[in-house]
Amino acid sequence: MSTSLGAEAPQFDLPGVDGQNHTLDSYADTDALVLVQSCNHCPYVQAWEGRLSAIASDYADRGVRVVAVNSNDADSHPEDSFDEMQKRSREQGFTFDYLYDEPQGVAQALGAERTPEVFVYDRDRRLRYHGAIDDNRDETGVSQQYLRDALDAVLAGSDPAVAETPAVGCTVKWR
Amino acid sequence: MRIDFLFWRECPSHPEARALLREVLEERNVEADLVEHEVLTQDEAEELAFPGSPTIRVDGRDIDPGAAGARPSLTCRIYHLPDGRSSPVPSREQLEEALA
Repeated sequence: MSTSLGAEAPQFDLPGVDGQNHTLDSYADTDALVLVQSCNHCPYVQAWEGRLSAIASDYADRGVRVVAVNSNDADSHPEDSFDEMQKRSREQGFTFDYLYDEPQGVAQALGAERTPEVFVYDRDRRLRYHGAIDDNRDETGVSQQYLRDALDAVLAGSDPAVAETPAVGCTVKWR
Repeated sequence: MRIDFLFWRECPSHPEARALLREVLEERNVEADLVEHEVLTQDEAEELAFPGSPTIRVDGRDIDPGAAGARPSLTCRIYHLPDGRSSPVPSREQLEEALA
């Protein structure tokens, strides 16, 4: 479990839907790194993925990278296979990296339980925010922009006012 | 009228869906036997042809028949809203139509 604030980001080396392998060091030049435990099949992920793409685009010029990681067991949930990930990324025009954690090691290292579940790391790759993207799965009802607020704080060198929120979504599908 | 409300506790959408269903029933003055059933295992999901949580059947007919045949699974069910968005709970319109 690494969900305690201040915990180090887990090392990883995972294939992305772009055909490249991505490691933690691949993002070494960024000022903040957002890891998102994610998947294809979950309606909560689908409800939030457009907002996640918008955040990835809005913060790209500010030294932030957003990386979604799917660790779900594709045997029990074939919609979450790597092929389906590539398809969904193309269809939805994801602006974030989307990596396949088939061994489920990243989910275990993060202590992730839900999809979507967000982990924000600062320049030193220490966990500064953990939880939900915002406070409502229905975009029209959002009043608290947890992830955007956390990124603004981290980029400004301060502590997020809200550093932990409950992640609302599907369970990670363990093997 | 009999309404079966099938849910899997690990998906957080069932309280919202249940509340919406009760609201629609009350607004439309529909008298119905609301029978709740918690699905606990994959075997049970297959036995009940449960495509995800929540699943709502009115007199045996799924409120979203087009998606009712999805692979049985302990998972959150996807409902497609009229505006094209995905949702973990059915829309008010879907419920109203199913109860009409």
